Amino acid sequence: MTSTFLGMPATAPRGVGHLRGDQPFPAAARRSLADPQLRRNLRHATTTIRAKSAAVIAEAPDWQQLRDAGAAIKADVMSRLPELLEQLEAAVTRAGGTVHWAADAVEANRIVTELVAGTGSDRVIKVKSMATQEIGLNEALEAAGITPVETDLAELIVQLGDDRPSHILVPAIHRNRAEIREIFLRAMPGVDPALTDDPAALAAAARRYLRQTFLHTPVAISGANFAVAETGTLAVVESEGNGRMCLTLPDTLITVMGIEKVVPTWRDLEVFLQLLPRASTGERMNPYTSMWTGVTPGDGPQQVHLVLLDNGRSAVLADEVGRQVLHCIRCSACLNVCPVYERTGGHAYGSVYPGPIGAVLSPQLTGVADNASLPFASSLCGACFDACPVMINIPELLVHLRAEHVTDRRRPTAESIAMAAAAYTMDHPALYAAAQRAARLGKVVGRRGRGLPPPLSGWTVSRDLPQPPPQTFREWWAEL
Amino acid sequence: MNSRHRVLGRIRAALGDRAAAPAEVPRDYRPAGAEVELDLLVHRLTDYRATVHRCTDGQVAQVVEAILGGRRVVVPPGLPRHWLPATVAAVTDENLTTEQIAACDGVVTAVAVAIAETGTVVLDAAPDQGRRVITLLPDVHVCVLRTDQVVAGVPDALDQLDPRRPQTWISGPSATSDIELNRVEGVHGPRNLHVVIVPRGDLPPGA
Repeated sequence: MTSTFLGMPATAPRGVGHLRGDQPFPAAARRSLADPQLRRNLRHATTTIRAKSAAVIAEAPDWQQLRDAGAAIKADVMSRLPELLEQLEAAVTRAGGTVHWAADAVEANRIVTELVAGTGSDRVIKVKSMATQEIGLNEALEAAGITPVETDLAELIVQLGDDRPSHILVPAIHRNRAEIREIFLRAMPGVDPALTDDPAALAAAARRYLRQTFLHTPVAISGANFAVAETGTLAVVESEGNGRMCLTLPDTLITVMGIEKVVPTWRDLEVFLQLLPRASTGERMNPYTSMWTGVTPGDGPQQVHLVLLDNGRSAVLADEVGRQVLHCIRCSACLNVCPVYERTGGHAYGSVYPGPIGAVLSPQLTGVADNASLPFASSLCGACFDACPVMINIPELLVHLRAEHVTDRRRPTAESIAMAAAAYTMDHPALYAAAQRAARLGKVVGRRGRGLPPPLSGWTVSRDLPQPPPQTFREWWAEL
Repeated sequence: MNSRHRVLGRIRAALGDRAAAPAEVPRDYRPAGAEVELDLLVHRLTDYRATVHRCTDGQVAQVVEAILGGRRVVVPPGLPRHWLPATVAAVTDENLTTEQIAACDGVVTAVAVAIAETGTVVLDAAPDQGRRVITLLPDVHVCVLRTDQVVAGVPDALDQLDPRRPQTWISGPSATSDIELNRVEGVHGPRNLHVVIVPRGDLPPGA
């Protein structure tokens, strides 16, 4: 286990939440790569969103200046996080809300479960929230006899399909309309058996199914996209109106938010409310954004709670290079442009945070040892860096974490031994010439297409072995 | 040690002892104050499937009649009554239950501000807009906007809005991109959004 000295930054605990996969990325990816339907669905969806996003970003002549401002605001937030959180706490409290602090997933789950139990309700409605996915809140609520109902369409598809989310923005991106129809027919109580796979008909089915639940559930749980320290205002950005339902109808609202989501001033929203929708859903503005400051008498929930979640974030903050990952506003643009994500899908990453951002966020939240394969789940092509609206240098972070992983492992690896041997050989011309002649023998051992024999087969399992030339350059030169 | 101290202590330990002053943020993006293009607003609203009507203040009731005539409509307590035709059954929201609001076919409100560039109308729960719930449950939302309430961009809107008021920013009818990442209109919020634009100063004083 990770060290848990009081007051020292700690990584997210094991055994709770969804930051660790069951198997390393290469093994999980091999399974997804063999699923042609999944690859078709992902290619279609990511191609669509890339075109939409590019079109609305092209409409904003100051896109680069907005990115600069977004990155600078986030860097400022990280450098004065304690005072901003205290300021946020004071502002929320002044406006009639209650602030709770959770050091990790276990504590956050306990706080939320106790708050729900205190209302006497055995059901909660939920707005899509990465933070509550991360901590495994649904499982904790179910263990306490409370039914969590996901109200976001994609989350509902995942929940009804007994599936796992595979994308930050659209957790059911791996499902196409025909598959969604089948899930609804199988698992949605009271669904019309004549339901077609027209997306509008599928959306209407979700509207009918959830309407009574919205009207009769007294507690809601949300995440937050932004929290303004100076005013205590929380913001949720959404499309369907399920967020508005959850934020408006119940008596009690519990918001779970990672500590990095705070922004200093009201004015800072002018940057993020322009960056987020264009980078995320490829819209000039998403259909609905709700903002609330504590309790408004007579309007909306009268019991308002905010749970501030650490769960490994302080450990990320301790790494001066790594901490920029906390700038992430969860837009998912990096997933949509990533050639690796487009082929493997989100499940291969194990964690609820997939794609390029997940490959650098998850290992930092858990400690690199627990997600050691993720920093290698990238070709370092850099498309994610170009797409990121707050300019997180994901390739730099991937290399940084790879280095950390290598340093962590004291024992020499096959790779490090091979590289050391290669370096020695190249330093000694006679040995080098001998090695080149020996390479021709490799033709016999591992014929092209077959790969190298064990223990070197790991290298050639996904790579072709190049054909050694009949004559080396040095031999040819000597003959001239 | 309680959790508050533990979390704050961890963050302080992570940052080291360097107390940082607020950093200078480069704000070279387009600032508030650009000229408002009404045609742009109309284009952006229409592009996201809102229906736009342009008329005088005196003609609003006719427009409402064409959309909601003969139907049941919830209205906020401060709505100018002359916007309502005699043919709608108007129910004023004075602590209506959610069931009563959900039973209404439509809702008519004013707005706080509208953003031309993004096609957004913002409601801030003022008396002519009402509680957030009334614009959520009915399937048709008609909002009446004066041209002097239109601003150019997002920075202008935040300048004018009061963060202490609950806000709903609305850009087109309820929609989702959750099926194959294509936008589909009509999920939980109103499936029909009508924006009635009336000229500036056309509103009778005190309305």
